[in-house]
Amino acid sequence: MPRSALTGTRIRERRTVLGLRQADLARRAGISPSYLNLIEHNRRRIGGRLLVELARHLGVEASVLTEGAGAALIETLREAAAVQEGGEAEIERIEEFAGRFPGWAALLAARHRRVRELERTVEMLTDRMTHDPFLSASLHEVISTVTAIRSTAAILAETEDIDPDWQRRFHRNLSDDSRRLAEGAQSLVAYLDEGAEDPGTQSSPQEEVEAFLKARDYHLPELEAARPADPADLVAAAGELTSAPARELLLGLLARYRRDAERMPLEPFAEAARAEGFDPGRLAARFGVDPAAAFRRLAALPGGLAGGPVGLVICDGSGTLTFRKPVEGFALPRFGAACPLWPLYQALARPMAPLRAVVEPGGPMRLRFLTYALCQPALAGGFDGPQVLEAAMLILPADTIAIPDGQAQPIGTSCRICPRRTCVARREPSILADGF
Amino acid sequence: MGKHVLLIEDEPNIIEAIRFILSRDGWRVDTHADGSTAYDRVSAIRPDIVILDVMLPGRSGFDILRDIRADTGLNGLPVLMLTAKGQVKDREMAERIGASRFMAKPFSNTEVLASVRELTGT
Repeated sequence: MPRSALTGTRIRERRTVLGLRQADLARRAGISPSYLNLIEHNRRRIGGRLLVELARHLGVEASVLTEGAGAALIETLREAAAVQEGGEAEIERIEEFAGRFPGWAALLAARHRRVRELERTVEMLTDRMTHDPFLSASLHEVISTVTAIRSTAAILAETEDIDPDWQRRFHRNLSDDSRRLAEGAQSLVAYLDEGAEDPGTQSSPQEEVEAFLKARDYHLPELEAARPADPADLVAAAGELTSAPARELLLGLLARYRRDAERMPLEPFAEAARAEGFDPGRLAARFGVDPAAAFRRLAALPGGLAGGPVGLVICDGSGTLTFRKPVEGFALPRFGAACPLWPLYQALARPMAPLRAVVEPGGPMRLRFLTYALCQPALAGGFDGPQVLEAAMLILPADTIAIPDGQAQPIGTSCRICPRRTCVARREPSILADGF
Repeated sequence: MGKHVLLIEDEPNIIEAIRFILSRDGWRVDTHADGSTAYDRVSAIRPDIVILDVMLPGRSGFDILRDIRADTGLNGLPVLMLTAKGQVKDREMAERIGASRFMAKPFSNTEVLASVRELTGT
């Protein structure tokens, strides 16, 4: 329903709120009650002086009567309706709802946004609680110590005829446990403080490196120059990296970045990427590099040159994610294994077989992504040495490239936070059993 | 029903507190801290009730309970499970594999004593 068609509805709403009779308003505006009735039921268009006159008598600006709710509000309400499984919201009357009850509509939209935020927080914290061994062990230690203190303190408080030897022993236990608890709590607080701004960050060298790259939007102009910087200098200057393993990891990544940049210079590569429709196979052929290098180079393009976001994940032969550059709508797990249906893992099972697939990670917006995946062996130990596999998956959202039509492969983030109950690849139950 | 309890727990000060509470109530308390040999100990001493922690070095309390329930010679042995993980799934798991009762840490002394008495009918 066009927004202008709802002007009459808004007039009626406003009049009712003011307690005005239709006849009274009609009289004040100089029109007949029957004509006002037709306007209020959106059966007559209204504008010009009459609209201004009615607005004046209703004590509002004319624009309040003509302008519907904002597009963003409508969109949020649509999303709220879509996400509610089994809901019976009248989608076709969504504008009418927002127009007639702007306060309630805004409240509903705000609640929906808040629920989405909390869902993301729960997913992240659950992921962390489930897979973060330090946190799990620390909490277990704290709870065990609290239990010992509680039991011991209760014995001392409630046992009147306690033997002096037992009493001394319990006092000593209390003292020891109190100290342990204080140390455990301090350690926990220090650990959580590290990730206070973005819970989950910097608990591992890999996360330190990811924070470094994220802060630079995964693009390093220093390594793009005609005379690129020495990666070791960049690592030395990266004061935010607190651990030696993180610095070592970053050094390896930056060295590879510089090699990629030398083989695929930024401007020509960006131009070629657009010309080839972001196809990493064609780009690899054009620049004489392996496809995985083209994946990495596409993911390192700045947003202005890529035309949109480009995501990338890389895993080793065990399936462990060793590099994560997320894109909006395609969540990557921080800890533990990802969804086994990701093309990344299908590529891992078939080394050197390129894979191109449209996937749908789920969620209310039903976003689709075009992915390219490939697994390649590294033969650093020679042909007789162990074959070390590395798979990569490029993730292109609709903002960056037109997603081909056709059926998309349903995927998730990881089983634990995936609501697809009947998934054939499920390895453990989801905490989102009720479609949370 | 006798009054012999085997406490399988690896936290020394929790062991000490529970031992004190039960001893004062007339229980003979044996303790065991190693998960990997806990089932053998249960089989060997055949207590009237087992208090079993879930997180133990060597072997989880759930695995030990499975062995106990699979042993026909230990039929009807009450097992009170203790855990620092009070999550619903742990409780459900404990019930599924045959725990007589499940208690999340931190528990109160009164609760432990009452549970032991109830489960043994003493």
